[in-house]
Amino acid sequence: MTGLATHGAVVQFDHVSKSYDPAATKRGTVPAAVNDLSLTVPAGKICVLVGPSGCGKTTSLKMVNRLIEPTSGRITIDGVDVTTQELTALRRRIGYVIQQVGLFPHHTIGENVATVPRLMGWSNERQRERSEELLALVGLDPAKYRDRFPSQLSGGERQRVGVARALAADPPIMLMDEPFGAVDPIVRDRLQNEFLRLQETIAKTILFVTHDIDEAIKMGDLVAVFQTGGVLAQFGSPLEILAAPASQFVARFVGKDRGLKRLSLLRVSDVPLIPASTARPGDDAAAARRRAAESPQGYVLMVDAANRPLGWVARDDIPESGQLVEAMANPVSPTVNKRTTLKDALSMMLDADVQTGVVVDRSGAVQGLVTVAAIAAKMQEGDHTPSFDDLETIATADQESASEEAVDPGAADQAAIEQGA
Amino acid sequence: MPPGTKIFDVGWVLGHLPGIWDRIVQHLTLTAVPLMLGIVISLGLAVVAIRRPATYGPTTALTGLLYTIPSLAAFAILRPIFGLSLITAFIPLTTYTLLILFRAFTSGFGAVPTDILEAAEGMGYTRRQRLLRVELPLAVPLIMAGIRLAAVTTIGLATVAAVLGDTFGGLGQLITEGIQTFFPTKYLLGAALSVLLAFLVDFLLVRVERALTPWARARVAPG
Repeated sequence: MTGLATHGAVVQFDHVSKSYDPAATKRGTVPAAVNDLSLTVPAGKICVLVGPSGCGKTTSLKMVNRLIEPTSGRITIDGVDVTTQELTALRRRIGYVIQQVGLFPHHTIGENVATVPRLMGWSNERQRERSEELLALVGLDPAKYRDRFPSQLSGGERQRVGVARALAADPPIMLMDEPFGAVDPIVRDRLQNEFLRLQETIAKTILFVTHDIDEAIKMGDLVAVFQTGGVLAQFGSPLEILAAPASQFVARFVGKDRGLKRLSLLRVSDVPLIPASTARPGDDAAAARRRAAESPQGYVLMVDAANRPLGWVARDDIPESGQLVEAMANPVSPTVNKRTTLKDALSMMLDADVQTGVVVDRSGAVQGLVTVAAIAAKMQEGDHTPSFDDLETIATADQESASEEAVDPGAADQAAIEQGA
Repeated sequence: MPPGTKIFDVGWVLGHLPGIWDRIVQHLTLTAVPLMLGIVISLGLAVVAIRRPATYGPTTALTGLLYTIPSLAAFAILRPIFGLSLITAFIPLTTYTLLILFRAFTSGFGAVPTDILEAAEGMGYTRRQRLLRVELPLAVPLIMAGIRLAAVTTIGLATVAAVLGDTFGGLGQLITEGIQTFFPTKYLLGAALSVLLAFLVDFLLVRVERALTPWARARVAPG
């Protein structure tokens, strides 16, 4: 990737507040849009700002490229205060993607992608090269799409063009405001996956706004959960937020199924593998029987010459003497690999009605076993807030949780709308 | 009409082609200059109105007021000042376009979707770049609708400029003379040419609009 060489910059919010009516906020009659926000997004990471509507996440985003100016506090990019920089120059160095995409309908796709390079006075040839490179990067054939107009593209294609346009001048930072919010769930899922793959190579610093906690968990290296009044409720990795919500609000916002959500973030490689007792056809039956009896499962796993699983053999099915034969094996257990999420592994085990899954490598050779019990142990290990009784205690201590009507994200949304009206 | 007069004397028309052509050219001048002036003035007023929305109401009221002044009265008022000159014709014909054109420009700018404006701002367009490269091109369909209406209206109104006499009178002069001399060929010809001219100009403006907005018709994917 020669064209996109600039990697991310550190973005820092330092006690940033925004009020649309500072006097009223001081009196306490109008809540701040953003209230004393301090957080640091490390270079090259995706930080998702998530929360119900009216929580200040979009306001926070727009203060980075100064579409909105903070009332107080400082935002820095690699240590440089954004307010010290010339406005248009600052914005041209920050990629910007919005939900409605905002492609220029009177420009072709190629011209749209080259928007910022054109503003920066690149030669026509360089503009064209860059827009073709970026169209290819986001998976659109330049020869096919370059000369079309936005109205001729599907929603998903337009969104890809929006990402390409934001990347055109190789900015260190991208601001993405609900970038995949306007497409259907199947397209959204594909765009999310494509974007995560793209980010592995471009390594930009990305601030990503969404109201969808599942999208936040999927996309974020870091997740900042906002609550109404522009308060940062929690900032951490998706796993930290799911395992240990800092307040009742966060716990409710991430939802009662946060355990399941964690399962989809953790992979088989995150739990210690249990060594498998294996045996091959032709092995001595008496020795295999002994090994099966010693193993915690009461079975041996029969494998072929390349160590690929053939099936389980119960101790009682092994004759007292003679040799093991392949016909003794019951091919039941599902096989998983180290990249399989714990959610998928558990689901496969439940479907097969077994307690144990066989972990195999790329060639299909057995690496070890994963069990329902091991997954359950893993889930307990990281979870610091096991019951809702504890959450109530946290809530009493947490002054921000005074808004009792915010019982779920939907109701919080409603409350936010009413407050805004 | 004296008895025996033909309703339409083709022979007279063929014998006076150069004079008729002059009237057409005069009429086009009476239309084109006020239209150009109207476009420039309205664009300026519209840009002021989008930057300072408080001016929108008063500007609309003023252009509306100018529109209500009877054209004959306007010529009568201006004639003592500017005499039988083109200026006397241009001033009212220009002010009559302002109401239509100012509204066309402001509604054209107003119809540009906010997400596109926000995207332009967020990507670092300066205000002037945004106006010239985004707002103006996207406002073209509504602006052109206003220009077509103003052009056709002005072609009709310009016949009244006949009161300015022989030198600048345009097709209106043909009509007036025809009525005064009870010669139907002249006023029928003047009216017909005026209508034809309106159709022709409108047709040309549609072509201009199409050339300016290739994107507006790009709906079906090529290839």
